[in-house]
Amino acid sequence: MIRDITIGQYYQTKSVIHRLDPRVKLLGTLLFIIALFTYNNPVGYIIGIIFLCTVIKLSHVPFKFITKGLKGIILILCFTVLINLFLTPGTPIIAFWKITITYEGLAVAFSMILRLTMLIMGSSIVTLTTTPNNLTDGLEKGMGFMKIFRVPVGDVAMMMSIALRFIPILLEETDRIMKAQLARGADFESGNIVKKAKALVPVLVPLFVSAFRRAGDLAMAMEARCYRGGDGRTKMKPLVYKKRDAIAYIILFTFVIVSIWLGRWSVITDFFRSIYMNLFGCPL
Amino acid sequence: MPLILDHVCQIYNADTETPVKALDDVNLVIPEGQFIGVIGHTGSGKSTLIQHMNGLILPTSGSVYFNGRDITDKDFDKKELRKHVGLVFQYPEHQLFETDVFEDVCFGPKNMGMSKKETELAAFEALRKVSFPEDLYYASVFELSGGQKRRAAIAGVLAMKPDFLILDEPTAGLDPVGRCEILDMVSELHRSAGITIILVSHSMEDVAMYVERVIVMDKGRVAYDDVPREVFSHSEELEQMGLAIPEPAKITRELLKRGFDVDPGVLTSSEAADSIYKALTKNR
Repeated sequence: MIRDITIGQYYQTKSVIHRLDPRVKLLGTLLFIIALFTYNNPVGYIIGIIFLCTVIKLSHVPFKFITKGLKGIILILCFTVLINLFLTPGTPIIAFWKITITYEGLAVAFSMILRLTMLIMGSSIVTLTTTPNNLTDGLEKGMGFMKIFRVPVGDVAMMMSIALRFIPILLEETDRIMKAQLARGADFESGNIVKKAKALVPVLVPLFVSAFRRAGDLAMAMEARCYRGGDGRTKMKPLVYKKRDAIAYIILFTFVIVSIWLGRWSVITDFFRSIYMNLFGCPL
Repeated sequence: MPLILDHVCQIYNADTETPVKALDDVNLVIPEGQFIGVIGHTGSGKSTLIQHMNGLILPTSGSVYFNGRDITDKDFDKKELRKHVGLVFQYPEHQLFETDVFEDVCFGPKNMGMSKKETELAAFEALRKVSFPEDLYYASVFELSGGQKRRAAIAGVLAMKPDFLILDEPTAGLDPVGRCEILDMVSELHRSAGITIILVSHSMEDVAMYVERVIVMDKGRVAYDDVPREVFSHSEELEQMGLAIPEPAKITRELLKRGFDVDPGVLTSSEAADSIYKALTKNR
């Protein structure tokens, strides 16, 4: 069950998306997420879905693999949907007892589902197609301008890459410890929440101990190799923009501008309509 | 109550582009009372194999029978199986979590539903069987040496009073004295308590000294399954699998090639010494 978590995992295969510069992918995700939260009509979502599906298709990562990452947020998803569904004021569709479902609530809930699933899928595409090393390289270089504000970008990048590198190790460790405790008759599945939480103690304690042990060993190994901070370290394979990255940027910006423009079109028209109303005192 | 593996296959990452066939059509019968060694190179499927024996991993195809019942059945009680088939993982000391040694050893029997008195009795008995120093019963696990921690962890499994005890590389990371002590202890358990022992190791020497049956794993298949003498007579094949035959056997084999009249089937250094001595005195 621990292997179901796909966030932060890398899927080994060859594709255009895999070969793209990590900076393109990182900026792309950021813009994609911003765009997602600006839409307020179906046209925007449709364009967004088409874009996402095209990227997934191009990445050669099986669709099943990407949706696996959604399992983790299903609870949050249900929660947001319910809150939005019942607590949004507006024109009621169904009303009985104290519960009213409004037309607006339905619309908000639906768009929330779309936004969250697309957000998760969009960001898992980046981690699935980029090796952790490449990802931090991209972050380090992309965030290079932050050095002006005395942000230790190199150190932060090193921390990130270590953290990312440790995700699979710790997952594997968790899996092993869970199995070892299962072999001693531990039960992680039955019982209520309190019992389940208590059952995790035999896993969490050894996990923390081993995480600290590993961190200590790593620090020692880094010092033994004269690590003196991330600033000014050179790369064996420095990131260089290629032609395909330029093309990707063009496609990306076109998508973002067009989708935001179309996705918010009604707002824009409504805005002009209201100005017209105020100026001339009659509808357009 | 024999343990039977019938055409067991296990494929990891079946849904990705890089599926790994960890076990390939494994057929084994493990009767009670044997002392078995499982050897194989890293990645040969040893660890996967033993996890099938107590239901931590279920086979992709094929079945495992314990006590005449298929363990993959929905209504099969895996806890009951794990009580009878104890599994000690590699580096078992990493899974200790309680405040003191005694409490940790109690974890297994407590999970098995024994009463407080039974649990404590079982824990005492287990700690005595692994000859754990009595003055350290209530010491914190962090105060122990490597060998002591390992004893405590083995006692944790032994306290459940299993009929089968599977040990995955119980001597890994210990000094030669500690290795001998642990192996002697395991051998003593087999002799005095009549527990079926399955000892997983990549070291031929360890295995040759103690076991009565050797299972050699190679690329997920059972390559040999026989008494040690027979298995070690295939020295060339074993070396191709990345396994070295025990040093004493190697020396006598080499001497035989050079015209000395020694027994090529020796397993331990004392047997080799005797055989070489005889050969030398005969020549005189």
